[in-house]
Amino acid sequence: MKKTPLYDRHLNLGAKIIDFGGWAMPVQYSNVISEHRTTRESAGLFDICHMGEIDVKGDDSFALLQYVMSRNLEGQAIGQMKLSILPNRHGGIIDDLTIYKFGDDYYRLVTNAVTKDKDLNWIKKIKDEKGFRNVQVIDVTDETGKLDLQGPLSETILQRIMDDPIGSLNYYHSLETRVLDVPAVVSRSGYTGEDGFEIYMPAERVGEIWDALLEAGGPEGIRPIGLGARDTLRLEAGMMLYGNEMCETVSPFEVVYGWVTNLEKDFIGRDALIRQKSEGVKRKLVGFMMEDRGIARHGYKVFKYGREVGEVTSGTFSPTLQRAIGLAFVSVEYKETGTFLDIQIRESFAKSRVVPLPFYRREKR
Amino acid sequence: MAKENPADRRYSKEHEWAKDNGDGTVTMGITDYAQEMLTDIVFVELPAPGKKVKQMETVAVVESVKSVSDVYSPVSGEVTEVNQVLESQPELINQDAFGKGWIAKIKMDDPAELNNLLDAKEYTAFLKEVAH
Repeated sequence: MKKTPLYDRHLNLGAKIIDFGGWAMPVQYSNVISEHRTTRESAGLFDICHMGEIDVKGDDSFALLQYVMSRNLEGQAIGQMKLSILPNRHGGIIDDLTIYKFGDDYYRLVTNAVTKDKDLNWIKKIKDEKGFRNVQVIDVTDETGKLDLQGPLSETILQRIMDDPIGSLNYYHSLETRVLDVPAVVSRSGYTGEDGFEIYMPAERVGEIWDALLEAGGPEGIRPIGLGARDTLRLEAGMMLYGNEMCETVSPFEVVYGWVTNLEKDFIGRDALIRQKSEGVKRKLVGFMMEDRGIARHGYKVFKYGREVGEVTSGTFSPTLQRAIGLAFVSVEYKETGTFLDIQIRESFAKSRVVPLPFYRREKR
Repeated sequence: MAKENPADRRYSKEHEWAKDNGDGTVTMGITDYAQEMLTDIVFVELPAPGKKVKQMETVAVVESVKSVSDVYSPVSGEVTEVNQVLESQPELINQDAFGKGWIAKIKMDDPAELNNLLDAKEYTAFLKEVAH
């Protein structure tokens, strides 16, 4: 298994380590529920060094990205982030990722850990196929460290260890700056539904910033958070996970990614996606809440009137709502809020109800 | 390691305990080691009283936030009573796995089956092996 530069720190903090897409990652330091609460109420620090970073540099950067991404990148300001999918030729999802714009000829793609190599090969292949010459596609994952600091007190804590003011940094915008004296990129974004930041720095210096944040946030009760709580946090926020809700045979119109798909511009998969949109999709991702006792998990079957109509993609116990929640694909006729569904849990069926997403929304600043 | 494994009961290698009540029944649950591994127990699926189980067959299901785990019956027999409180307070298993977090009482088909299980000393030694 690959290790992040923080691996030894995780062991010293008593973390339970799991294999996540070939990476040895902390799943929890104490327990999922308390780590989840700390992030919602104060601040949590996440080692995200396993995620992929791909830099795209050169005069043809925009043209290449505009052609491989579903999102229209026209009008993206320097310092602005965009969420997009990387579609295949059939309109399926190769990955969902964020695109940072550092300059007119300099972008950074932040990918899922398990999809990074696939994304890289695909983008390079299309670059060659289309003959884009003035662009380099560079895997910078190994030399790039990434920390997520999430929770309502994140700004207060991060500001203590950096000089540039971050109070004015808007959501989904980034800043090239220094954290301590380390050159870093800080964006206001994340995967928990809370206010917070994603922080990038040279991999060899991630440890210093990790230590400094845990120390600076001591009075606020900051804690390191494992992948277990990362999953419950993102699910409460109605955010999808590649591999659960998305794969190469899922259309963005079946999940909640219609809005990142711009059919006006020319890009890979556009024809297929136009067809999918005009024909309409047969299944749709919905949020559900359990009415009966039980927790529906990934892969459990969904029934209506005794007939199988779908499958659970993610399910857990929501620490905030104290209820079992989840996401599922269902036949479109059952996607409306309030629809009752029967989910098979082992030998019995448990009643659940379609609810609007997200399950949890923070109060805005 | 948190709590000592009480000497008054037997243990399975799947981390269940069974305490002989002296009236042909055992009280059973999961061990403190098991609850510590699971953490965050948020749901327990209890068997219906009257259910018949074989030794090391699934008798209950315990779910943490992250995982689903079968609980195996340490003996063959019939479920006579379940700890209904766990339906509203599954965290009792985390708090007191050997006491208030008991799962079920089972009327044994064959008390000699208890000999297939480990005693506290053997189980503690087994945990040391597992840990390394």
